[in-house]
Amino acid sequence: MAIEVRIPTILRTYTGGAKSVEGSGSTLAELLGDLDARYGGLRDRLQDESGLRRFVNVYLNDEDVRFLGGLETPVKDGDTVTVLPAVAGGAA
Amino acid sequence: MLTLHPVLRDKIVAHARADHPDEACGVIAGPAGADRPERFIPMLNAQRSPTFYEFDSMELLRVWREMDDRDEEPVVIYHSHTATEAYPSRTDIAYANEPGAHYVLVSTRDPDDVEFRSFRIVDGTVTEEEVRITADAGEPVPE
Repeated sequence: MAIEVRIPTILRTYTGGAKSVEGSGSTLAELLGDLDARYGGLRDRLQDESGLRRFVNVYLNDEDVRFLGGLETPVKDGDTVTVLPAVAGGAA
Repeated sequence: MLTLHPVLRDKIVAHARADHPDEACGVIAGPAGADRPERFIPMLNAQRSPTFYEFDSMELLRVWREMDDRDEEPVVIYHSHTATEAYPSRTDIAYANEPGAHYVLVSTRDPDDVEFRSFRIVDGTVTEEEVRITADAGEPVPE
């Protein structure tokens, strides 16, 4: 089972520089667990105790997983998951 | 140092003025690895706030994919402060996730003047850099 996971520049230190890695799982949570076993520390950048981190965007194919099922979003062979840190800030 | 064509500088300032008092934000893309900002991409501030900005998550995906397809990278990431100085705040530093980008800050707090400064933000460290506005810089490409 292969799900492509596209890694943003700032997280490529966890994947040895790779822009894209493969993983397996039937939900996003399982997929991240699978990746974490090979790329230790990566999962902690994407989720905390309450779920997916607020300022990290995760997409399943063309949709933001916040609008699907968050960590429980089902994933399958052939899907592409894209991670993009939020671009945000401000005077506050 | 940030080297920028005057037309691109003017577009950033115009965007900041137009959205004042909300913060304006956007990107100038350029060929990967060339440090040449060329393509102006104003972004929606999904927060529409006078003190916070955030790129809409679907626009972010669309623009980042488009840059990838075109072998570009975000050379400049800009936003405006509407009542404070053009200097990165704690939140600006906390969410600066493109280590290769020039972070341009504009302040529209003064209606008759504009502050335009550029910074590198790497691993939580802010370094101000010189801004060179020159028509010798790469010509802007169509948006």
